[in-house]
Amino acid sequence: MTLVSISELSYRYPGVIAPALDVVSLEVSAGEFVLVAGASGSGKSTLLRALSGLVPHFYGGAISGSVCVAGNDTRDHGPGDLARDVGTLFQDPETQIVMGTVRAELAFGVQNRGWGAAAVARAVEEAALALAVDGLLDRPTAELSGGELQRVALGATLAGRPAVVCLDEPTSQLDPVAGDELIGLLRRLNEDQDLTVILAEHRLERCLAAADRVIGMLDGRIGFDGPPAAFLVWALEAAPYLVTPGARLLSRVGLDPQPGVKAARAALRAARLLPEAVGVPGPDSALSVGGETGSRNRFLPPRRTRSPAALRFDRVWHELRDGPAALRGLSLTVAPGERVALMGRNGAGKSTLLRHAAGLMKPTRGQVEVAGRVALLLQNPTDYLVHDTVAQETSAGALARFGLSELAGRHPRDLSGGEKQRLALAIVLGDGASAGPDADPGLEEPAVLCLDEPTRGMDRAAKDELVALLRTIGLAVIVATHDPELAAAFADRVVLLADGAVIADGAASEVLCGGVYFATETARILGGAGGALLPEDGAALLERERVSA
Amino acid sequence: MSYRRRPSSLHAAAAGAALGWCAALALALIVQSNPVVLGALTVTILAAGVLAGVGHELLRALRLAVPLAVTICVINALVSRDGLTVIWRFGDLPILGQTNVTLEATVYGAVFGLRAAALVLLGALYSLAVDPDQVLMLFRRWSFRSALSATIATRMVPVLLRDSKRLADAQRCRAGAAPGRFALMRATTAGVLDRALDVAAALEVRGYANAVHAPRRGRRVASRHDIGFSLAAAAVAVVAVATRVAGWCPFTAYPLLRAPAGARELAVALALMLLALVPFADRRGVRG
Repeated sequence: MTLVSISELSYRYPGVIAPALDVVSLEVSAGEFVLVAGASGSGKSTLLRALSGLVPHFYGGAISGSVCVAGNDTRDHGPGDLARDVGTLFQDPETQIVMGTVRAELAFGVQNRGWGAAAVARAVEEAALALAVDGLLDRPTAELSGGELQRVALGATLAGRPAVVCLDEPTSQLDPVAGDELIGLLRRLNEDQDLTVILAEHRLERCLAAADRVIGMLDGRIGFDGPPAAFLVWALEAAPYLVTPGARLLSRVGLDPQPGVKAARAALRAARLLPEAVGVPGPDSALSVGGETGSRNRFLPPRRTRSPAALRFDRVWHELRDGPAALRGLSLTVAPGERVALMGRNGAGKSTLLRHAAGLMKPTRGQVEVAGRVALLLQNPTDYLVHDTVAQETSAGALARFGLSELAGRHPRDLSGGEKQRLALAIVLGDGASAGPDADPGLEEPAVLCLDEPTRGMDRAAKDELVALLRTIGLAVIVATHDPELAAAFADRVVLLADGAVIADGAASEVLCGGVYFATETARILGGAGGALLPEDGAALLERERVSA
Repeated sequence: MSYRRRPSSLHAAAAGAALGWCAALALALIVQSNPVVLGALTVTILAAGVLAGVGHELLRALRLAVPLAVTICVINALVSRDGLTVIWRFGDLPILGQTNVTLEATVYGAVFGLRAAALVLLGALYSLAVDPDQVLMLFRRWSFRSALSATIATRMVPVLLRDSKRLADAQRCRAGAAPGRFALMRATTAGVLDRALDVAAALEVRGYANAVHAPRRGRRVASRHDIGFSLAAAAVAVVAVATRVAGWCPFTAYPLLRAPAGARELAVALALMLLALVPFADRRGVRG
């Protein structure tokens, strides 16, 4: 049964010349799990907004063609009408939660429809059980973590039992564990309740295996529509930035790309490139090839030394008033020029650590020593942009340093995500020209650059650009990230935090190989063999194995 | 600064009773002008905050309220031409002209500032102790959208506070000089508008625009705290209005100051304090 029917849909946002959607036609059947893939600005979010009626009823603009969802033509029915059949979940859970408690939040949508008290209570209980938030029902929404908020927002979306749910990058603010849980949950709801899921995501390696079908968007048009494996074959040619690391690994060893770790392993085994025994990577799996025996000791924080350091944390505690300790006796030394990825779940203490480094927070016990200024780029680059033109934000030298001179006359908020990121970097780093004893301490070249979740919501092309940029900066760089692929591409060293303390600290090839959540897709496919984190390394390893066999 | 269920009588009362109690205090603050009574009402609100377990938060609100009161007092002293007792002669000032500060204008400004500060504290106490979800349920039958707007405004306060802290932190991280206040204010406003747009979109897709009335629910049995705070609210309102009508606690600033602080004024102040705070004495079942 066709649930969603889009016919020759074209749409332009008000005041914008280029169309966000350009003659898009699409049909989605009930019970399908559809993944919408594409670069930033390719039209993914606009497509979902068209399905929920926000386009054009909320955003305005010029539209042609038709969208029909569960028998409702969106030209005649606005988001309020469509809310009966379409559940919508956006990126930022904080602005989607409108009530004070989880129970009231789950009830809000169905109360809007005039359901009676008993029906509302039942819907709330069922949604809470399905999303495993029944233990949170009476908790204030203001006290929930990002992952909990996103689950509650999804529960509120599902409480009214919509026929189709549209999700716009719902995992972009979640750590790998919470993100995988959410995708697993969506798959379960899709299988158990026949829920139609339309999901737009950038981190395809996380959700491609869960999808039945993939829509590849290119500049507002549908470039591909088919099953996940065929999508990867198409993307290798037409949109390489959409290819998952696992698919890149397989294509480099001459195999057809496969979605997900399980299918990739099966393909490698069928080609006799992977032994049957390879499974979930163990803690020492990075060292399992080459005859070296691993030791858990290598994952413990190194002993404190007095070698030259750009940044040193010495038994730092940060205990919150009337709350828990955000940092618990944390010791960490970063050498000049070292590139460190800081990983861990939401609430592990990553952002707190960076804020201490930059002096935005003071330790309640212990010491933080820095060899100079610390430049900190916080999660949202837009927070730095307060002027009318790019030129007003920072010096001409800083703009030139980050290749932004040509954008000097533009309004900062009109820049793309990647350009905003570079501008914010230019703002915090400056032009690096001031030096010497008389230099303004606010303008000197920093000793350390810290970035807090710099790739949140970024597509792969923008991430690659950022990695290339960070590699050219000769400073000690610390990046707090949830993205193991970014950590593998950028870092020499990975520090894993949990509950305010360092639980693993070692070379990227060691730390990112020995797990499931904090491991790259290549490492998971290869079971951590040879410490290969990136597809190129994995392919080289497999080629060596093939030759030696 | 947002609502969280705490073990107190005020939190245990239904939103209607708690809202009524806050409204009665607001009414008393508006109809009474005598500084003794206004002072007593301010102390009552602070005491209620402590008894409701939100004393720390109210002290934070006091940091906003005191400068507001001082500002009102200073502005009134400088711009008012009324009053006969000159306490400071500034002579000719630009814009203001001949400026003589009078005792009457200063006291009138102080009383007006005290009232404003007390209302700020009461607003803070309301947002900390009255469940906005219950308020929405209470009012949705009559004016759903107004109630929802008020609820969401309350909910947005902590979100916007976090946003403004983020923005301030980002400015502290800049290399070189910090941007001017005007640029920051514009950026903050733009951020608020972005947030408002996101929330509006979220409301649209949750069916808010087409909200229909729910069937009437069965009548809720009033708890001891509902009864206590409702009676206290009624008593405070009656005493405040009756004493005002009877002219028991007079206050006139111009042309000469008259602000008696005798036994009658003290009795009214004490009565209002006791009546407002009595329901807090009953702590049975405060955990809900």
